[in-house]
Amino acid sequence: MSSILDVARIKRDFPIFQAEMRGGKRLVFLDSGATSQKPIQVMDAEREFYSKHNAAVHRGSYYLAEQASEAYEGARARVAAFLDVSAEEVIFTKSATESLNLLAVSFERSTGMLGINAGDEIVVSELEHHANLLPWQQLAKRTGAVLKWFEMNPDGSLDLSDIDRVITPRCKVVAITHLSNVLGSVPDIAPIIAAAHAVGAVFVLDGCQSVPHQPIDIATLDIDFLVFSGHKALGPTGIGVLWGRAQLLEQMEPYLYGGSMIETVTMTGATWASAPKKFEAGVPNMAQAVGLAAGLEYLSEVGLPSIHNWEMQLTDHAIRGLNSIEGVKVIGPQGIENRGGVISFVIAGLHPHDVGQVMDQYGVAVRTGHHCAWPLIRKLGLAGTTRASFYLYNEMADVDVFLESVIGARDYFGKR
Amino acid sequence: MELDSLYQEVILDHYKKPHHKGLPTGEIQVHHVNPNCGDEITLSLAIKEGKIQDLVWDGVGCSISQASASIMSDLVSGKSVAEAREALAQFTELMQSKGSLKGDEEVLEDAIALAGVSKFPARVKCALLSWMAFKDAAIQNGAIL
Repeated sequence: MSSILDVARIKRDFPIFQAEMRGGKRLVFLDSGATSQKPIQVMDAEREFYSKHNAAVHRGSYYLAEQASEAYEGARARVAAFLDVSAEEVIFTKSATESLNLLAVSFERSTGMLGINAGDEIVVSELEHHANLLPWQQLAKRTGAVLKWFEMNPDGSLDLSDIDRVITPRCKVVAITHLSNVLGSVPDIAPIIAAAHAVGAVFVLDGCQSVPHQPIDIATLDIDFLVFSGHKALGPTGIGVLWGRAQLLEQMEPYLYGGSMIETVTMTGATWASAPKKFEAGVPNMAQAVGLAAGLEYLSEVGLPSIHNWEMQLTDHAIRGLNSIEGVKVIGPQGIENRGGVISFVIAGLHPHDVGQVMDQYGVAVRTGHHCAWPLIRKLGLAGTTRASFYLYNEMADVDVFLESVIGARDYFGKR
Repeated sequence: MELDSLYQEVILDHYKKPHHKGLPTGEIQVHHVNPNCGDEITLSLAIKEGKIQDLVWDGVGCSISQASASIMSDLVSGKSVAEAREALAQFTELMQSKGSLKGDEEVLEDAIALAGVSKFPARVKCALLSWMAFKDAAIQNGAIL
């Protein structure tokens, strides 16, 4: 089992770890679920694009514009290779959030099997991040469609006991997360995907927390759309990905209108380019796409199976440690079965904001609050949680400092 | 420890035993939230003969937001609208001072203990939540703040 990553070597590629935190502490970064740190290779890729190839893609008749187009389309090809799909199915957006809004708005404008009309049903789950809830909730409000959802069990799994009542023949879209950004739980999506397809609905997978951390096999999953964000996958901010089946993208109406996405234009009408261009109006985030491609290449070189394995070792150590601290409760899955490298916990009598503040004194960066999943937090009857999330640059020693800081937080308030 | 400048003893005392906390019963109830962290407060008050009366609040939140609500309630209760206006202005300025102000104890009383919060930008909104709810409620009760 080649499961021990050479973290010391990996860390050297991430300049942020040379920065000093409050009080001169070293950075223990446990907030990769919010955004990942960037290796120098990603920064170099962006710098190289701006230094050598910068021009508006798909436009100029000059050498530099050809270079820019080649770099941008090269980045698309890299993403496609990473996902094992064809490049025409890969759409660059500014974020996973935009990818999901794109889908919702496009479905609203489309006709046929993808079009959303009054009385149609859209299905999500209580696990969803606001970005995979609000576009669908608001789409339902605008169109008169009905939003339905799978409820969450206390262990962070989904209650599928009434799957046939949630997904009915009226269902058009099912959009579910691959891995909860709050609890780290992995919902059992296979029966949901099968149920969606059985009634002719499309399945959208929110891969924000999974794609950067583990191998994904789109063909085996049998999904129709996948979204993920670049900045959680070592890439820059301002770049996200939407993958969709070619025959579905072809039926879809555009989201943004403008330059580059057209076939012909008159003063009174227009026709659209084919995907992916149809969905990429305006000069795209070129350097960011190139940076993301470099990030994904970095992940592939280290190896996603090894990264996933390492994260689970870190998670196992962290959960065992948390469970041994009196007054601390892990929220969601209690072991490493059906979970990823994201852990939520609470300390009895303490608000997560205060917990995070004390942990910061140890150089530990964690997220506190509702994690953009307020319905989930409400369902658990909590004001919020403190969340630690791991990535390839975390050492076992980071977990030890983390556990020390949790005890420190408990005692800071407990003893006073 | 730098943390002690944030979590002063008096803040933790108010946090553990908040004052004026209960079920708001006034006709006009304001509800404010901090969307970043989910902290919530509901507050009602009355203005009688130009003075702040019957201030009651309920809410959930971190120690800073809860202590600040308690301290603010003590401070403005029984005060004239003009005095409350001055306290609100000075507290807002203190929170925006990034640690450069200590606060006037004559006007702000226990609230000067929150001066350390201004060095932690992410926590300023926690401290201000109840004060903004108070301002809103006072205005809705006809005060000019």
